[in-house]
Amino acid sequence: MGLEHQLPEVLTTRLESAVNWARKYSLFQYPFVTACCGMEYMATASARYDIARFGAEIPRFSPRQADLLWVVGTVNHKLGPMLRRIYEQMAEPKWVMAFGVCASTGGFYDNYATIQGIDKIIPVDVYIPGCPPRPEQVIDGLMKLQDKIQQEPWRKYDYEQKVRQRDERPASEPLFEKIDRKKERG
Amino acid sequence: MAKKLIKFVKKHFEDQVLDSHSRLGNDTVVIERDRLAEIVERLRDDEKTQMDFLRAITCVDYMHRDPRFEVVYVLYSIEFKHMLTLRVVVSEDDCKVPTISHLYGCAGWTEREVWDMYGVEFVDHPDLRRVLLYQEFEGHPLRKDYGKQDAQPRIELLSRERDSVEEFNVFVKNKPAEGSRDN
Amino acid sequence: MAEDIYEPIDQDVHTEPMILQMGPSHPATHGTVRFTLTLEGEKIIKCETEVGYLHRGFEKEVENSTWTQVFPYTDRLNYVSPLLNNFGYSLAVERLLEIDVPPRCNWIRTLMGEISRLSDHLTCTGAAALELGAMSAFLYAIEGRELVWDLIEEVTGARLTVSYGRIGGLKDDLTEGFEERWKYTKKRLFEIREEIGQLLTRNRIFLDRFQGTGVLTPDMALSYGYTGPCLRSTGVDYDVRKDHPYFMYDEVDFDVPVGSKGDNYDRYLVRMDEIVQSIRIIDQCLEKMEPGPINSDDPRVMLPEKEKVYNTIEGMISHFKIIFEGIQVPPGEVYSYTEAGNGELGYYIVSNGTGKPWKIHVRSPSLIMMGGIHKLIEGGLIADIIPTFDTVNMIGGECDK
Repeated sequence: MGLEHQLPEVLTTRLESAVNWARKYSLFQYPFVTACCGMEYMATASARYDIARFGAEIPRFSPRQADLLWVVGTVNHKLGPMLRRIYEQMAEPKWVMAFGVCASTGGFYDNYATIQGIDKIIPVDVYIPGCPPRPEQVIDGLMKLQDKIQQEPWRKYDYEQKVRQRDERPASEPLFEKIDRKKERG
Repeated sequence: MAKKLIKFVKKHFEDQVLDSHSRLGNDTVVIERDRLAEIVERLRDDEKTQMDFLRAITCVDYMHRDPRFEVVYVLYSIEFKHMLTLRVVVSEDDCKVPTISHLYGCAGWTEREVWDMYGVEFVDHPDLRRVLLYQEFEGHPLRKDYGKQDAQPRIELLSRERDSVEEFNVFVKNKPAEGSRDN
Repeated sequence: MAEDIYEPIDQDVHTEPMILQMGPSHPATHGTVRFTLTLEGEKIIKCETEVGYLHRGFEKEVENSTWTQVFPYTDRLNYVSPLLNNFGYSLAVERLLEIDVPPRCNWIRTLMGEISRLSDHLTCTGAAALELGAMSAFLYAIEGRELVWDLIEEVTGARLTVSYGRIGGLKDDLTEGFEERWKYTKKRLFEIREEIGQLLTRNRIFLDRFQGTGVLTPDMALSYGYTGPCLRSTGVDYDVRKDHPYFMYDEVDFDVPVGSKGDNYDRYLVRMDEIVQSIRIIDQCLEKMEPGPINSDDPRVMLPEKEKVYNTIEGMISHFKIIFEGIQVPPGEVYSYTEAGNGELGYYIVSNGTGKPWKIHVRSPSLIMMGGIHKLIEGGLIADIIPTFDTVNMIGGECDK
């Protein structure tokens, strides 16, 4: 947020809790849907189970606009690099949910093609078991994630350190390196 | 109806037929591979057969048999509703079959699949690439001597069981995602 | 003259085709397909399709499991209509074993298969509408699918991955009160179909995007191996259920809806009509079904009764043998085919006489349709990819195996 390093510690804690509260009820999700679990994802998102009650109903199909990555279904070695790239493209703070056993551990596909759980390539916050999990179970997983977000300290993202690095930069060193076009041309 | 197609193939390509049988509703002819495309074309274009629909191409790996592979073609006629299975035996050393991708549109991809999984080469195929696996994959996974769990990852995988986000960030910084771009 | 003004500009501006990557993680490609498009303005002049982003090694997995353990893997082929895959596989192995199943089993297979087909067509239509921006139609379709899934859950015990089929029979009989539940569901399904139809069928935006896009000609469809609703939308009335009846399809009365133009709109209409036909088949099944055994009495494939297992040595050995070594299928090979949600689902099975399959090849309709999808896309606009891809209804699990 950029505010925290200017505030006394007592206030930071209060602010932290308020911001976390806002974050946990406005999760913009990126559904990385590959396989069977996508059917249950559709069921969870639509009217009967209504994930909108938890503030996580808006799918954003751009990783840069999303802060919750649902990995819904099996990820194989062919798709692995794309998943990593999408994770890297997401802006912090970001969370990842492994939806179903294939994403969590590889499930009963244990062969040359599949990755045995997406935690081999990206970090995961919540694992939802089930093949595929029922919508109730998905919502339970989402609530677990919300609890986790509520208790998350900002320290985790090291804002302070990043800000300090920026401040400690000597004034003589420009923020962006200026390119001398004339010099380049010779 | 059943034996009509076998008779047809035997009549016109007698020297090519190695074996034939009719079992469980599947008429099967085992043929030499050299004139495969010609036989299939005849079956497709002849008025009596009109096999205008190619159901499937697949391959079977009989590990310990001498001609190790058997490429299977399942042809069907929408008009007459009859089906014929053609089988071509291929040895491991000379793993080649003439292509029929110029006769049926879908043969292009099914032949690519067989190449991908078994390594049977289709001679004169215009675009023989892997279809289900990635191009840098080595070997052919459905051969019986390919281990079930011999994975070939494209990016480095973590060996640890679980990772915290902090630890992981260090990992990502040290090891930039190579091969993130497809091809 | 306006033309004169623009003429010199046209000559000066250097244009070249643009290459655009679409997918694999693109909402319109369902996460598992990548198109490499060569564009001239917004027109697609070349399309290369790449699949395999959901390759899970189905064929390698099943070679390492017993014949019965294959059922869960078949569930996950076409995960929108898993029951049809289950029964297709059962039928293939039964053909190899040369056993017959009791009539009630066949009736239930027909009935449950059609229920699964309802779920497939509802999902396909709903997803197509969603991706064109019609959220309400999607919500209605999913409501219908939930009702259908309630029935499936009641009978099989699971919502999606059911594993309900068995070699030589079924997991269980229908539950009590199934008919009343079905009557309620049927009433609601007709309403839902009507509501979706009202939202889409005469909708100007929908018509503009569906009519005349993704056109498939009968010759091209046959050459590229298209089956199911895609083939029927071109006017070829090939349906395995009619042409080579299996289960009880020769005893029920139903029509095969056929289109004429082969465009996206026809494919949508064919699917909407097939929903009605499926409901008709289910009604007739419930009417004509008679009580009786659901499992074959062949001791090679069926587990002995629990009483025999606990009290006699023969029963116990037989139980152990079937569980540990698997059903012993005689050596041979068979190509067996059924009509699944997307088209002809074929299993080419090779057995070497042991408890594990030597090879199971799946003729998956989706993979073969993906081989020809560039023919539907080329020459159209980028926006046409989305309805075309939706109505072709590629299912990742089945396509990539």
